[in-house]
Amino acid sequence: MTGFEQFFFYLFGLIALASALLFVTRKSPVAAALWLVSTMFSLAALYILLDAQFVGAVQVLVYAGAIMVVFLFVVMLLNLGQADAATEFRANGTRIAGGFVGLALLAELLVVALGKLPPDLGLGVASPGTAVVNGDENVIAPVASALFTQHLVAFEVTSLLLLASVVGAVVLAKPRRDA
Amino acid sequence: MIAQALVIAAGLFVIGVVGVLTRRNALVLFMCVELMLNAVNLTFVALSRLHGGTLGQAFVVFVMTVAAAEAAVGLAIVIAVFRHFGTVDLRNISLLRG
Repeated sequence: MTGFEQFFFYLFGLIALASALLFVTRKSPVAAALWLVSTMFSLAALYILLDAQFVGAVQVLVYAGAIMVVFLFVVMLLNLGQADAATEFRANGTRIAGGFVGLALLAELLVVALGKLPPDLGLGVASPGTAVVNGDENVIAPVASALFTQHLVAFEVTSLLLLASVVGAVVLAKPRRDA
Repeated sequence: MIAQALVIAAGLFVIGVVGVLTRRNALVLFMCVELMLNAVNLTFVALSRLHGGTLGQAFVVFVMTVAAAEAAVGLAIVIAVFRHFGTVDLRNISLLRG
């Protein structure tokens, strides 16, 4: 990985973490959702820097595009624009306890994740890992062949899952006639 | 870059957990869960880069599909809850509390 790519990796990583922090600390659900969109975009950049161009494109289309628009739409539908701290955050004691739980979990995750890595891939080394493709080879074909040969059954089952969720969402959101 | 990506993913996941523990708005809770799913996706992509395969990327596609389905059903439930209780404040939705 060149110094150029490394610089942008750190830049987008910092943007992702800062936007996520702003996301959980904003009072207004609209502001929170917009900071989450910023996190999603930085994650898409990180995916592309990690040689997962297809996942990066899907991240922008599905997460930053579709899912977050639906969230913002529901925020507007329920008219949650004007919020105050009392209805948005739990009591101070719960928040401090939540912060400590978060710190403990962070320490645990870092120990597990970095402890299992081979020593030549540690934090100080800018190791490129193993490239999925070299040069101008097609970057989507390997993902497609994994999806459509080895995991074809799982891929088809997800279409059933999507159908079920669409029907479920319509049934849940429909006004009840009998009530 | 693998270790750095894992550190970023751990940070994002923990921020999502802290959000679930400290927020009261059901809608924001859903967004925190989406953030946690995204952190896991970043781990998948980084480790698939480490091993030089594409299986992790294929799995990310599955995770995104499930996340989209979860968001659709979850938001429908939030709308149904809002219609019933007139609020999405989790303090008021405590029918199962003993």
